[in-house]
Amino acid sequence: MDLTRRNFLKFTSAAGAWGVAGAAQRVTASVPKSEMEDWYGVLVDTTVCIGCRKCEWACKDYNKLPNQPIEKYDDKSVFGHMRRPDSETYTVVNGYDDPNNPEKPYYVKVQCMHCLEPACVSACIVGALTKDEKTGAVVYDAWKCIGCRYCMASCPFQIPTYEYENALTPQVRKCTFCFDRLPKYGGKPACVEICPVGALTFGKRSELIELAHDRIAKYPDKYVDHVYGENELGGTAWMYLSGKPMWEMDMMKFKDRPIPSYTEPVQHGLFKHFIPEISLFAFLGGIMWLFKSREEEKGRTEGGDK
Amino acid sequence: MSGHVEAAPVENKFLTPGVKVLFLLFGVGIVVAIYRIFAGLAAVTNLTNQYPWGLWIGVDVSSGVALAAGGFTTAALIHIFWREKYAVLGRPAHLTAMLGYTFVAIGLLFDLGRWYNIWHPLLPSMWQGNSVLFEVGMCVMLYLTVLYIEFIPVVTERFIGRSPKWIDAILRFFDKIFSKIMWIFIILGVVLSCLHQSSLGNLMVIAPYKMHPLWYTPLLPLLFLVSAIAVGFPMVIFESMWASRSLGRKPEIDVLAPLARMIPVTLGLYLIMKIVDLTIRQAWGYMFEGSLQSTMFIIEFFVGIVIPLVILLFEKARRSAKMLFWASFLYIFFGVLINRVNVFFIAYKPQYAVKQYVPSIWEFLVTIGLISALAILYRAFVTIFPILPAHQEKA
Repeated sequence: MDLTRRNFLKFTSAAGAWGVAGAAQRVTASVPKSEMEDWYGVLVDTTVCIGCRKCEWACKDYNKLPNQPIEKYDDKSVFGHMRRPDSETYTVVNGYDDPNNPEKPYYVKVQCMHCLEPACVSACIVGALTKDEKTGAVVYDAWKCIGCRYCMASCPFQIPTYEYENALTPQVRKCTFCFDRLPKYGGKPACVEICPVGALTFGKRSELIELAHDRIAKYPDKYVDHVYGENELGGTAWMYLSGKPMWEMDMMKFKDRPIPSYTEPVQHGLFKHFIPEISLFAFLGGIMWLFKSREEEKGRTEGGDK
Repeated sequence: MSGHVEAAPVENKFLTPGVKVLFLLFGVGIVVAIYRIFAGLAAVTNLTNQYPWGLWIGVDVSSGVALAAGGFTTAALIHIFWREKYAVLGRPAHLTAMLGYTFVAIGLLFDLGRWYNIWHPLLPSMWQGNSVLFEVGMCVMLYLTVLYIEFIPVVTERFIGRSPKWIDAILRFFDKIFSKIMWIFIILGVVLSCLHQSSLGNLMVIAPYKMHPLWYTPLLPLLFLVSAIAVGFPMVIFESMWASRSLGRKPEIDVLAPLARMIPVTLGLYLIMKIVDLTIRQAWGYMFEGSLQSTMFIIEFFVGIVIPLVILLFEKARRSAKMLFWASFLYIFFGVLINRVNVFFIAYKPQYAVKQYVPSIWEFLVTIGLISALAILYRAFVTIFPILPAHQEKA
């Protein structure tokens, strides 16, 4: 899809003819960038992960999702096909061949990326999805939700899932970052806590980026020189180190441009002080008045009283 | 108000065999819809975590909004551009829009997981100005209110002089007030329509990595707006002819043919915009990929836009009831309805989707039931209220 920023601006300025003004790029982020750097993140090292899936168990355990005994998670047959999170599973681990080491595949843990500028938060009609200001987690308030599922349509990582089976009180389900047990409450996400090999590193996002680049510099043969999530879509809280590009392991290749910047400038330009609306109203009112007087004029000259 | 025409309730028998069939379809639809409320979305729909939006959003909601555009386009034509000749089309077009938007809201209810929270966007504490959907929702709600207000003169006309004294006094009061300020609501209706018709197109702009390039463009809002304006008159023509046929009247070809002359202007503009957009984005090549998407695009583009436009360019075709009817139908169904379906769940092609979403039979039954209910109500309204022109010649 050839959609450069220049093209987009070209189009929006064309649309400007009827009042769609181009506005600032970064809109969702009412929080200053410096504060965002204080938000938490997790660095996933896909070369370290051994695919034990203990994180899957711990996630279900902490979030009270239907679970199996932990021994059942030793089953390696699940790696036969790609799995995705669902309404009862917030995280899954998938396996991918390492061309240099047929013995040990790469493993990619999938969960909500907790974007710095999340599409779902921008999309949500009632603000049921928000960025937790202290932690940066994307959190969901079922009480507000109307169940429109626009968050699911908007998420570029296809993370939010829905309880379609639940007739009366269905919820959007996704990884919560265990935000209620993060450091201010004295803890780490359940998945990070249980990881036996240190494939998941929890910390301040800014520090994790440094750590990631240190590792790449130290073992340039082991890693591709790219921290997936550092800049993708404006940055994500969860980031990945990998031995082959992430887009060869079912993660999509993204541009740096945050998703909300595709819709919000149009949206905000269209409603800036209601100027476009008032102008259109006045314009139509003018036409109405003009044609009305012309019609009346015609009526007079024709001498009829119609 | 300009363009006052003699209108009267129709005297046809209400419960014809056709209406009985509509009642049957409505009954089936409502049973499925109630079942959906108590058994959940999974029991009735084929929606998945990959395809959160399907037939009900594509047809009941977004096509419903687009196809109700006859309301604001004729309102603008008659009351803003003061074309009295077309006044006879005003009330039926407005009625269709009023019923159409009402059913958009009802259709949406069945799709919402927590339908009982539908009023949440009204609460200032939950306003979310970044959300395109929020704007669409607010505009649709306001416009629906405006449509009901615009119906007041029909009600007062029908019941003044035929009601108990105190009701009569209220009606006369309403009539006096609203005849003075109705122009505000007429313009407001057009402004609100322009806003949400375009924003509806902005909805999927948020999914750049999932949308097929034949449809994904930042111009989507503008394309939605122009295609909605263009579908206004074809919808009025289609409905007028359908109603004439159903009520045993002669088609109002003397009004419809000149109305049809304006369609090539807006439809042509829409076609040009689509061509320019696809050319700039160099997306024409995708038309030949032989996928579901490319096939649907070819149908939408040629059957839905090019063919009806070419037909309507000919004066002779516009004068022929049959040609006019079918050209309008082609654009309405393939040019607009299929376009909305395409944008919302054909062009929407999420990477991790295992298989393409296809609506279930139950989803179709609810949609058909809603359309049937709309048709029944239309007939009931023209039977009760002065909406269609009085003293029509019999066919």
